[in-house]
Amino acid sequence: MNDVADDESASDAETEENADANGDTVDALESSDPDEVGPVTWIEQQPLPYPSDALEPYISKETVEQHWGIHQHIHVERLNGMIGGSEWEGMSLGQMMLSSFNEGREAPHPPFFHAAQIWNHDFYWRSMQPGGGSKPSERLLKFIKRDFGSYDGMIQQFMDAALTQFGSGWVWLSYKGSKLPHVNSRSPIPSDNYGRLVISKTPNAINPLVWGHSPLLAIDVWEHAYYLDYEDRRADYVSTFLEKLLSWETVESRLKKAVIRAIERDGHVSRKHVRKQLLAQGKSRIRARPQQANENARGQTSSQEKPLGV
Amino acid sequence: MAAFASALGILPSPPASAYPQQRRLRSVKREQMQGCRSRRCSKVVSYYGLITPPYKLDALEPYMSKRTVELHWGKHHQNYVDGLNKQLATSMFYGYTLEELIKEGYNNGNPLPEYNNAAQVWNHHFFWESMQPESGGSPEGGVLQQIEKDFGSFTNFREEFICSALSLLGSGWVWLVLKREERKLSVVCTRNAISPLALGDIPIMNLDLWEHAYYLDYKDDRRMYVTNFIDHLVSWHTVTLRMMRGEAFVNLGEPNIPVA
Repeated sequence: MNDVADDESASDAETEENADANGDTVDALESSDPDEVGPVTWIEQQPLPYPSDALEPYISKETVEQHWGIHQHIHVERLNGMIGGSEWEGMSLGQMMLSSFNEGREAPHPPFFHAAQIWNHDFYWRSMQPGGGSKPSERLLKFIKRDFGSYDGMIQQFMDAALTQFGSGWVWLSYKGSKLPHVNSRSPIPSDNYGRLVISKTPNAINPLVWGHSPLLAIDVWEHAYYLDYEDRRADYVSTFLEKLLSWETVESRLKKAVIRAIERDGHVSRKHVRKQLLAQGKSRIRARPQQANENARGQTSSQEKPLGV
Repeated sequence: MAAFASALGILPSPPASAYPQQRRLRSVKREQMQGCRSRRCSKVVSYYGLITPPYKLDALEPYMSKRTVELHWGKHHQNYVDGLNKQLATSMFYGYTLEELIKEGYNNGNPLPEYNNAAQVWNHHFFWESMQPESGGSPEGGVLQQIEKDFGSFTNFREEFICSALSLLGSGWVWLVLKREERKLSVVCTRNAISPLALGDIPIMNLDLWEHAYYLDYKDDRRMYVTNFIDHLVSWHTVTLRMMRGEAFVNLGEPNIPVA
C-alpha cells in the first residue's frame, strides 16, 4: 500500500496509525469495484469510543451527536466526494492528510482540510473519556514538571493557548523531537535533540503531525465544539475539559509510542545518555585506549534500558 | 502627589500631621489650587464604545434568535470593544479612528496585535447595520442596475453570494464590496477578521460566518443561514446609502467623452 514515494511521509503515516487511538487503525473501506454506482466510501470516521451521552453533564448528548454525527460526517462525505479518480485515491487517511498538506509552503490541496478535520476529530474523541480528568501518573507528572515547571504551569499554558487562538482551531499537547520550531528538523547540537512536551495551538485544520511532532492530546476550540453547552465561555469549556474529561491514560500510552517511534526513527538518545557519552569521551582522552570499548558498551545498554527515559 | 507638585514648581506641602490645625486649612487650600491647575493640565482620554444595533434584539426573529443577538452583540462584540480599549491604553495606535486602525494595523498581511480587535469591532458594527427586520428580497433602482451590470442578474449575484459563503473554510466573513481598481461590485470572502478596507476596497454589505453567529439557530446548516440572510434580513436601504457614499470615491459611470 505504500505507493507514496517519499519515505518520510510513509513513515509518518505509519506514525499516524500508531498515534491513533490506542492502537486502533483507521477504518478504510476501499472499494475497488469499478461498477459500483453512487457515493463510494473511501474513508470513514472512527466510531465513538463511548455512548453519546457518556460525557454528560460536561458535553451534552446533543453536542456529541451534532459534532460527531453530523459535523464530522460532513467532512467524511466531502472528502469521499473529492477523492474519486484523484491522486489521493487509495491512500489511508493519514497519508492523504500529510501528502495534501503541501508542506505548508503554499495553500494546501483541497482534500487536506477535510482529511485533517476527520483525523483531528477522531483524535479528540479519543483524548476524552467519561469520568476522565484527575491527575496524570507520577511518571508523566515528572515530564510535565520538567518541561512546564509544574502541573499548574502546564494548565496555565493550555488556557492561554486556548483563549488566544483567534478564529477556529485546536490546542495540542505534543511530543517534539528537537528544540527547533521547524518541521522535521534536527538541531546540529546533539544535546538539543531530546524529546520534550510542548503545547501548541493551530488554526483551522492544521495539526502538529504535519509539523513532525507527535500529538498526545487535542482540544477542539472551534466554536461548534462548545457553543451549544457553554455559549461564548471558552475558558469554562477548556478548564472543564482538562479537569473532568481528559484521559491521561491515553496521553501516557500515546507518549510511550511517540518516544519509541522517535528512538527508532531518529536514533534518538536521552539526555542522560548524551551526558554519559560526553563524560566517557572526556575520560577516554585522559585514560589509555583499551578503556574506550567498555565505555561504549555501557553507553549502549543504558539507551536500551529505559525507552521512556527522555 | 509630591512629584506632581514639584513638577509644577510648587514646594511640596509639609505632612498634615505637623501643626494639624493651621496646616490642614492651608494644605486644603493649596490642594484646591493645585487641583485647578491639574485640571487645566490634565489629558482627556477617550476610548471606543459599543454601538447599539438599530433595532430591538428580538426584531430579527425567526431568522436570527434573540439569544443569538444577545450573545453575539452583548458578549462577543462587547469583548472585542473591551479588548481593543485595553490594548489602546498602552499602544501607539491610541487616538486613531477605527478605519485608520484597520488600514495601519493590517500591516500588509502581517497584522499587529491591535488589528484583530479593531477589525472585529468595525466588522460587527457594519454587520448589525447591514441587517434590518423584515427586509431582504431584492434591491431597487440604481443598486439593482449595478448588480445586474456586474453579476448578470440578481439571481446570479444571490447564487454567487451563497456559494462563496459555503466555500469559506473556518471562521470569516463574506462581503459585497465595491472594488476600486476594477470599478465594479464583487463578492469576496475573508478569513477571521480580515477586512476589505485593509485590502483597499469599499465594503457595501457583510455577513458574519464565524460559527458563533449561527450555531445556536442553525447548527451546521450554514446554507440555510446564508439563504435566510439574503432573502429576509439584508437591508437594501443601507446598501443603497453605502453605494452612494462609495460612488464619491469610485467613478462607476461611463466617462462621457464628446465626439467631435
